[in-house]
Amino acid sequence: MKPTHSARDPRDLGGPRQPLLSVRELKKHFPLKKTGLGLRGPRLAVRAVDGISFDILKGETLGVVGESGCGKSTTARLLMQLTPQDSGELVFDGLSLGSPGLSLRDYRRQTQMVFQDSYSSLNPRMTVEDSIAFGPTVHGVSQREALSRAHDLLARVGLEPARFAGRYPHELSGGQRQRVNIARALALEPRLIILDESVSALDKSVEAQVLNLLQDLKQAFGLTYVFISHDLNVVRYMSDRVLVMYLGEVVEVASADALFEQPLHPYTAALLRSMPTTDPLRRTEQAPLSGDPPNPIDPPSGCRFHTRCPDAQAICRMRAPVFGEAMPGRSVACLKYQPGSGYAASTIALKEVTHA
Amino acid sequence: MTAATFTDTRGRTPVVRSRGHGANVLRRLLRNPVAMIAATIILLLVLMAIFAPWLMPADPYATSMLKRLKPIGTEGLPLGSDELGRDLLSRLMLGGRLSLFMGIAPVVMAFIIGGGIGILAGYAGGWLNTAIMRCIDVLYAFPSVLLAIALSGALGAGITNALVSLTVVFIPQIARIAESVTTQVRRSDYVDAARASGASSLLIIRKHVLGNVIGPIFVYATSLISVSMILASGLSFLGLGVKPPQPEWGLMLNTLRTAIYTQPWVAALPGLMIFITSVSFNMLADGLRSAMEVKQ
Amino acid sequence: MIGYLLRRLGYALPIMLGVSFLCFMLVYLAPGDPLVSILPADASAELQKQMMQLYGFDRPLIEQFVRWLWRALQGDLGHSIATSRPVVDEVFKAVGNTLMIAVLATLIGFTLGALFGFVAGYFRNSWGDRLASFVSVIGVSLPNYWLGMVLVIVFSAQLMWLPATGAGPGGSGSWTWDWEHVQYLILPALTMSFIPMGIVARTVRALVADILSQEFVVGLRARGLGEWGVFKHVVKNCAPTALAVMGLQLGYLLGGSILIETVFSWPGTGFLLNQAIFQRDLPLLQGTILVLALFFVALNLLVDVLQTIFDPRIERG
Repeated sequence: MKPTHSARDPRDLGGPRQPLLSVRELKKHFPLKKTGLGLRGPRLAVRAVDGISFDILKGETLGVVGESGCGKSTTARLLMQLTPQDSGELVFDGLSLGSPGLSLRDYRRQTQMVFQDSYSSLNPRMTVEDSIAFGPTVHGVSQREALSRAHDLLARVGLEPARFAGRYPHELSGGQRQRVNIARALALEPRLIILDESVSALDKSVEAQVLNLLQDLKQAFGLTYVFISHDLNVVRYMSDRVLVMYLGEVVEVASADALFEQPLHPYTAALLRSMPTTDPLRRTEQAPLSGDPPNPIDPPSGCRFHTRCPDAQAICRMRAPVFGEAMPGRSVACLKYQPGSGYAASTIALKEVTHA
Repeated sequence: MTAATFTDTRGRTPVVRSRGHGANVLRRLLRNPVAMIAATIILLLVLMAIFAPWLMPADPYATSMLKRLKPIGTEGLPLGSDELGRDLLSRLMLGGRLSLFMGIAPVVMAFIIGGGIGILAGYAGGWLNTAIMRCIDVLYAFPSVLLAIALSGALGAGITNALVSLTVVFIPQIARIAESVTTQVRRSDYVDAARASGASSLLIIRKHVLGNVIGPIFVYATSLISVSMILASGLSFLGLGVKPPQPEWGLMLNTLRTAIYTQPWVAALPGLMIFITSVSFNMLADGLRSAMEVKQ
Repeated sequence: MIGYLLRRLGYALPIMLGVSFLCFMLVYLAPGDPLVSILPADASAELQKQMMQLYGFDRPLIEQFVRWLWRALQGDLGHSIATSRPVVDEVFKAVGNTLMIAVLATLIGFTLGALFGFVAGYFRNSWGDRLASFVSVIGVSLPNYWLGMVLVIVFSAQLMWLPATGAGPGGSGSWTWDWEHVQYLILPALTMSFIPMGIVARTVRALVADILSQEFVVGLRARGLGEWGVFKHVVKNCAPTALAVMGLQLGYLLGGSILIETVFSWPGTGFLLNQAIFQRDLPLLQGTILVLALFFVALNLLVDVLQTIFDPRIERG
């Protein structure tokens, strides 16, 4: 496997300016089990992902953050097409998924995923090399060729093939297993890798090593990452841009630096305040996010965040904000930044003065 | 966990290979004395049944009015004789053939059919799963003895009918286990990862599901052999299985029932054989279960 | 709670329907013409015609099933071929007799099984534990028809303490609760009790061991609670499951009593089934199986519901 980043990838269709993956109005509701004899009127559903749209640019790492239950993992599974969406479309390098130009099989060859649980994502009855070689054999690579690719990749992720290739998952440590999972994802030579809390379960020191490995691999193979995590420090370290989700919706997208320096959405701001910090000067007096997120079966009216928002006004309860550009390169879904929304702008200024 | 047992060169570079799961289970099983004793007994019983025609001291069908119901230890009749004067030892040896066959065969058939149904239902999920499992639940709603007797009673006596009834009794039990194990595996991340690699359902079932579900289903099936032995002999005991004069332990127990006042210990012998076989299978199945369940 | 009850009932009803359908089909499983199989061999042509119309064998299967079910719901399970008495009467008389030994066997089995299970669970890996585990393996591996024979050999043939077979002087019709009759109950019930004993012992052992290893019990001990107090906690925590197992076992025994009843010539449902099978009395076979199977399903339902009411920890989806 040769590094591809310097030369232009022959699979690149639309050039560097075209997003690698465009997500359009993606929606997934999970219907609840009917109770009893189904006498309960309309069927309820968990609105896990409720019509989200965003772009993943070529060569970037897009961080995805949000509280647990906000739809991060469902989004990952939808991107990987492990769960079928109710509606919406995925456009990969200009080709719509499911169109004659891009079959699901082709798409899966170019998009791979690394799961959170390093143990349960490896077949306990398969040796490490067989797990890695499985994908390529599915796509017609010979067994011999696939195994030798597996050995190369093991070496690439820092596991000596002679020692590790013939082992079973339970004989490896968590960090080693996650390296195997990364190697398996790489085995299909994908262009996009979805990392769903992939380092969250690891010890801090191991986590750092794996993060560095991921950075190296990205450089070497010209990869694009979707990096999902609840750990904001790690997201800041890894990401070029960050997407913030709340209750199945995208509330803010910005470059990592801009977002962490100056969060626009009150939810983003609250999330950042809840970040642990050792710097006494950065401690805030204002309380971080309180309480649990509302029930995604029956989300609040208007802006979904209004029940916990420190800046909420009466209008927020009635009017749902539109996700749109608030300043160059920054998009947000908040009435505060929506001209003519009915949000009394003076109050913001006043509040900002109070805690400046 | 001991690793590193041998090296091979399947890939380009020589690789240290770990012992597989099956080999580990076998090693643990071999180190379990109770299971090994049970396995030895079963092996001896099976050998006895297979080679009975050559090992039998006397003709198991030869009746004699003079030698009726002799006690254990009579000269020429080491285990006594039955109500028709036939040599009990020979009959017990030859009877092992049918008894073991009728105990094991239904479980094997139910393992194939029920296992297949359960894996299908578990992997398919959705409405197909619901449809299959509701039908299975109906069969499962009968106590097993009752279902076996109802089917055998309706079908009529005979070996084939008894085998069919017992198979039907065990299908729902095995199918339920197979379904739940398969559902678990289907929802696992490694099956998701296999799907993400673009593999077809059939390939995933073959490469990722089967290897992980066969073990637990097999262990459960082995634990049913003991029950099946008792039930099969029970059917013969009721006159619903093997027909006389064929020797079979359950049937022998039934015909010897009249002798409990004259030769009680001779009368109890066929039951003892059923008991020993059933306990041995139970112990072996227990050993197999604990050998598989070790946390890795 | 109400939602759960409704859901549980909504699940049990189709099962009951399926069970009924299977019982209905038993007549068709039998080799030969179903009409022939429910008629006595010497039935007249007139009777044949009458039965044909009554059972509607010329109609589609589903219609026959609905008619059969409708009659069954009104308590009409047809007539026994051998005795021409209504099947319902025969079955319910026999169910009473079977219940006597089944209930007694459940009580004996539960008491002994719980005792063994407690000892084993409390003293893990001691000789008591090994003995109890051994007893429970024996309990489930014993062919109970053989155990019955052995008990008869020991207590009736050899020691002559107890009667071997039957339901006492005067036959099944004249049961009274005096020693003269009750002594006939002892051996069958004891034989039968081995089945629940093994299973209850296994369950209780696992439950006790599990509870003792849980943190709250460790905490209670650490706070100085005496052994007696810990014991009470353990009992309180494993009672619901153990009792549920006992309830289910009663159902199994009712359905599985045929072999034991045959050994002891006990005039219960097993005896009735035996009779039905050998006289090819299919209406009687069908009726007995239907009643026993439905009883089993209903008992399952009852145990589930009671368990949810008394053990609110159990969250059911």
